[in-house]
Amino acid sequence: MKYIDEFRDGELARHIGERIAAEADPSRRYSFMEFCGGHTHAISRYGVAELLPPNVNMVHGPGCPVCVLPIGRIDQAINLALKENVILCTYGDTLRVPASDSLSLLRAKARGGDIRMVYSAADALTVARQNPEREVVFFAIGFETTTPPTALVIRDAKRAALTNFSVLCCHVLTPPAITHILASPEVRDLGTVPLDGFVGPAHVSIVIGSGPYEHFAESYQKPVVIAGFEPLDVMQAISLLVRQVNDGRACVENEFARAVTREGNLKAQAVVSEVLELRESFEWRGLGEVPESALRIREAYAEFDAERRFGLTYQPVPDNKACECGAILRGVKKPADCKIFGTVCTPENPVGSCMVSSEGACAAHYSYGRFRDMPVAAAEQAEEAVL
Amino acid sequence: MSVKANYIRPLDIRHGRIDMNHGAGGKAAAQLIGELFFPALDNPWLAQGDDGALLPLPEGGGRLVMATDGHVVSPLFFPGGDLGCLAAHGTINDVAMLGAQPLYLAASFILEEGFPLADLKRLVDSLGAAAREAGVPVVTGDTKVVEKGKGDGVFISTTGVGVVPVGVHIAGCNARAGDVVLLSGSIGDHGVAVLSQRESLAFETTIESDTAALHTLVAALLASVADPAAVRVLRDPTRGGLATTLNEIAQQSSVGILLQEAAIPVRPEVDAACELLGLDPLYVANEGKLIAIVAPEAADAALAALRAHRLGQGAMRIGEVVADPHRFVQMETRFGGRRVVDWLNGEQLPRIC
Repeated sequence: MKYIDEFRDGELARHIGERIAAEADPSRRYSFMEFCGGHTHAISRYGVAELLPPNVNMVHGPGCPVCVLPIGRIDQAINLALKENVILCTYGDTLRVPASDSLSLLRAKARGGDIRMVYSAADALTVARQNPEREVVFFAIGFETTTPPTALVIRDAKRAALTNFSVLCCHVLTPPAITHILASPEVRDLGTVPLDGFVGPAHVSIVIGSGPYEHFAESYQKPVVIAGFEPLDVMQAISLLVRQVNDGRACVENEFARAVTREGNLKAQAVVSEVLELRESFEWRGLGEVPESALRIREAYAEFDAERRFGLTYQPVPDNKACECGAILRGVKKPADCKIFGTVCTPENPVGSCMVSSEGACAAHYSYGRFRDMPVAAAEQAEEAVL
Repeated sequence: MSVKANYIRPLDIRHGRIDMNHGAGGKAAAQLIGELFFPALDNPWLAQGDDGALLPLPEGGGRLVMATDGHVVSPLFFPGGDLGCLAAHGTINDVAMLGAQPLYLAASFILEEGFPLADLKRLVDSLGAAAREAGVPVVTGDTKVVEKGKGDGVFISTTGVGVVPVGVHIAGCNARAGDVVLLSGSIGDHGVAVLSQRESLAFETTIESDTAALHTLVAALLASVADPAAVRVLRDPTRGGLATTLNEIAQQSSVGILLQEAAIPVRPEVDAACELLGLDPLYVANEGKLIAIVAPEAADAALAALRAHRLGQGAMRIGEVVADPHRFVQMETRFGGRRVVDWLNGEQLPRIC
């Protein structure tokens, strides 16, 4: 595939890997967080970690929109389908997310809920047009990448004076989440973040630009390199991060210049701010309440807001106590550190948010990387046997 | 039971639809079977018109294989095939994957009230043509009709019977460390061809389903090795794709499997469609490919035999069986790393960002 295979070239990857190994200072450790699930997926799927020297360590961040969706929001969507009898349109990834009462959207569908998988917000609008006698709700989730299409369909629905369409808006924002990680309780306790820099979002940055990261690169003194979702993009970003750390710099660099500008997509930003506005606070699964981290529908478009239309109230639901997703999302723990990882919590029966989507840190490690834990476990067992 | 054709109005195949009478066992049912099914599936066992088929015992010893498969594909017609031929190929392949020569098929049709007879005729004709081409007749069958809304057009269940020659021992539990993993051709063609026709996705593509009966390919493979026991495992990677099928084999044989990503053939069109839809070709269904796990000394001959056959021209050696108590299927990626190739989890759903 033109413009894709070039970014998956194994020969080039080896060269970059060698360069990183040559430049990384053997007397120190480097820990970088890739914020986006897309990066986590690429790292796991292509085995990028294997090409890095042992002292360069990748920490999987919270940038998987499905993973950070709190149980209470899924409950709202399920209630709309089962109690309000709406046609609920949703992206495929949310179908398996565990909710209250051992339900998920997939299980709610099996109980008779009219829940339909769509590929885009526009498809949901089409469903509304085709079913004028039914209420149709689009369960809108995701970061800044999927937000403009949601804003557009709300605007289109208003222009077309549709009366049976509304949106359950759960869109969240990237920069507040990164700031939240840098200011997490562990940071206050330890006085330091166990992170030396960030691989910055790809698709999100196409929309918001590279500008919004400049503030925290400077105030938290953490380098950010925006990178595409192909494995070579990630390798190149890591190489740039190592260099910044070695030089004592902390600025925003753009590896994904083929798509990202400093300003971002101004048209998309304009549509979003016309239709949506900041929420004071929003609950993230694994991170808890994060101030000014999500969007809701403006008063001018109130009739398309499912929360207002159906009088929904938000009921937070605590995560399983044994689940370490919060610490994993903040980069403090690794998936294998969690007691229930791979035993109680698996991709077939996810307990925590990180196990839900293939982009989640735990699911990616379980699906693609768990063989790396096994020789260690086997060696420990052997030692126990000897003792 | 036959109805005098001259005294009844023939089926209106062009405009007619299935109604509840067609499943009631009366004249309408007999007419449907007589005018639509018999001509399409035409063979002396079916023509006996009894409730079952009376078949001769196979000569030459060996063991019987029996396999059954329900076919519910949506849409019913897709590039490169349809539910009818798929119902023949799927079951023939299940029989063949045990090293057997498939001999007979049985077919059971669940029809939904209102289904157009013209479409039914296309499907039954296609089943008949596939069975004839494979030399495996449909010797007995059944039709039932369910009310509108209780089915999805047509479901076809087929059962196949075959005979495994003496000396052939093929089973999922036979893989051993050191064995070689062969794949008969490109993966993902069937799944992508079907997906391309789904109403919600509809994209234009030239990809066709690979649906095919693989028993002659299996016969060619077995003929190529000096000792038939060198062919350890055969399996067609249908639902769940190559990745899931290899995990099944690793589990059954208590071994690990190490794949080379660069050796696994994927058509560029399939690769591109998967990229767009957020799918991994390793997990996409095939209906005309087989995995053969063979002893290392037989690998070259087996690969040559596959490639010499019309259905195995794109065959590749894709990996090897290794000793691994964890039974992992792993892959050296084209990128240079190594990763687990896990079981398919849930339905393969597209990623969103």
